[in-house]
Amino acid sequence: MPVASIGPYQFESRDKVSNFHGNQLTYLHWEEHNMYCAALAYPLPPTMPFRAIVENLLPEAYGYHPEWAKVKWDQVTWMLDGRPFIPNLDASLAENGLGHKSVVRFWTPGLHGIGGTAT
Amino acid sequence: MSIADKSTAKPRKLGLKERYAHLTRGLGWETTYQPMSKVFPFTDYEGIKIHDWDKWQDPFRLTMDSYWKFQAEKERKLYAVIDSFAQNNGHLNITDARYVNAIKLFLTGVSPLEYSAHRGYAHVGRHFVGAGPRIACQMQAIDELRHAQTQIHTISHYNKFFDGLHDARHMHDHVWYLSVPKSFFEDACSAGPFEFLTAISFSFEYVLTSLLFVPFMSGAAYNGDMATVTFGFSAQSDEARHMTLGLEIIKFMLEQDEGNVPIVQRWIDKWFWRGYRLLTIVAMMMDYMLPKRVMSWAEAWEIYFEQGGGALFEDLSRYGIRMPKYHEVASKEKGRLSHEVWATFYNYTQATAFHTWIPEKDELDWLSAKYPETFDQLYRPRFEYWKEQSDQGKRFYNNVLPQLCVTCQIPMIFTEPDDPKTICFRSTLYKGERYHFCSDGCKDIFLYEPEKYIQSWLPVHQIYQGNCGGATVPEVLNWYHMSLGNDNMDYQGSPDETLWNEWTADRHKSAI
Ligand SMILES: [Fe+2]
Ligand SMILES: [Fe+2]
Ligand SMILES: [Zn+2]
Repeated sequence: MPVASIGPYQFESRDKVSNFHGNQLTYLHWEEHNMYCAALAYPLPPTMPFRAIVENLLPEAYGYHPEWAKVKWDQVTWMLDGRPFIPNLDASLAENGLGHKSVVRFWTPGLHGIGGTAT
Repeated sequence: MSIADKSTAKPRKLGLKERYAHLTRGLGWETTYQPMSKVFPFTDYEGIKIHDWDKWQDPFRLTMDSYWKFQAEKERKLYAVIDSFAQNNGHLNITDARYVNAIKLFLTGVSPLEYSAHRGYAHVGRHFVGAGPRIACQMQAIDELRHAQTQIHTISHYNKFFDGLHDARHMHDHVWYLSVPKSFFEDACSAGPFEFLTAISFSFEYVLTSLLFVPFMSGAAYNGDMATVTFGFSAQSDEARHMTLGLEIIKFMLEQDEGNVPIVQRWIDKWFWRGYRLLTIVAMMMDYMLPKRVMSWAEAWEIYFEQGGGALFEDLSRYGIRMPKYHEVASKEKGRLSHEVWATFYNYTQATAFHTWIPEKDELDWLSAKYPETFDQLYRPRFEYWKEQSDQGKRFYNNVLPQLCVTCQIPMIFTEPDDPKTICFRSTLYKGERYHFCSDGCKDIFLYEPEKYIQSWLPVHQIYQGNCGGATVPEVLNWYHMSLGNDNMDYQGSPDETLWNEWTADRHKSAI
């Protein structure tokens, strides 16, 4: 549906990927741990290996949580942009199918937040 | 009329009714030098059809001279109270310095909207064809400017004693959480005149106003803030007029043409949802920021929306208007909203111009009692954990910026309507690019006018694009004009707390 307007009305996306200096936006979210109030936003190079998310970004962000140390990585389930997903740790974000503003959600079986409250 | 006639005819003074008729009817005319469509270029493009502007029922019959008289009287009273508040150090009579954080949020988040409202009404007050609605909007434009002024004057007293109040105007245009109220109003002001009135006069001032006004003013009264109570009361009689304008514009559009009904319904759906999302800050204020609480957000929602709003929409159903879409989602969220939002500001207090804190034990008990189905089950353990950590010197801060909703611009913190443990993710592809939303309500708004929202100035993305002073917290705060270590961080250990304890040391001594 077009905008009701008094003249031609067309704009570029303010967040198009070319505005991010070679990076693309990626959102990461640890499910059932809403002490972190929302998914985390990162500008990342598409050539970065997925492993850097698991080994650097996530521990830095979530390490404060008492359940973080208990995560069993071989049991983690992933979702990319609404579809089940198995990351290849050594492949790049782009090769793993992550695009600009992709959402990566992950579940850690057995860990349901502080007191089981999804905190 | 001949010269002879003129000399004998006595100038007759017009009655109030006649003067009003001239003001709102006689002063309008059909233009002849230029076509009406050029003089009033904004009246048609939204698709609203008006056949007879004279059918406009004036919601209040106020002539300009009596308007000035009333307003001047109100101003005199208001400024007398504000002066005595300042002279008597009225700020020392509030319940607790934590309360002032609600005022900080009000001054930076809401008062600039009064100014935006002034601009919006001045604009539509020029562009309606009917002189009746033009006059009503012009008066409201002046009211709103007055509201902005009285609020700034009132709160300037607090600025002398507390942090975070020193640059409200700049903050409103730059700070991440203030993009929520700012973008709300810019969305309305960049719409046509009919949508603007549906958005602000009807959806906000008529349908949702009690949820802003009543909690704020009774909150102020309960907490000893006589300055805020006074500007609130001074604005109240204006608000009564604004509300009637809101209802009148809706009825006018609905009565003028049947084709207007679906357009109006869509606007009501949109602006109910946008307004409701904006009120999340009020929910948080009611449940967390008032040391002495008035009622819970859930109670306010039940009274002022579910009951009050329900009756209104039943009344409007004879025009074919139904309840706003997703009102049931808002009701499902009423037990979580304030907790989710307070936790969010607790996450990111390193970047706010007000303080957050963990509620005291008796306050947690109040929340448990007010929210028997959600608080102990979902939120109390979170706050208790944070308290425990904070007591050990490990106060929680979230160091990564959050994902934002493209429409309401609030971090995507809201949970699934039927699952309070799972964050609600909604998204769509538009021209090959992904866009994310906190709710179906926000997604629907985007899908109807995507070209508008792809321009959203999302603070997190702006920081990552390098448009906000730098990549580090101090650089961005500097760009926000926030004073690091004073305006931001936990209330515990803040300069506000230290000073407050000094000022009230006598009070505590005498209490013992
Ligand atoms: Fe106002
Ligand atoms: Fe108003
Ligand atoms: Zn939203």
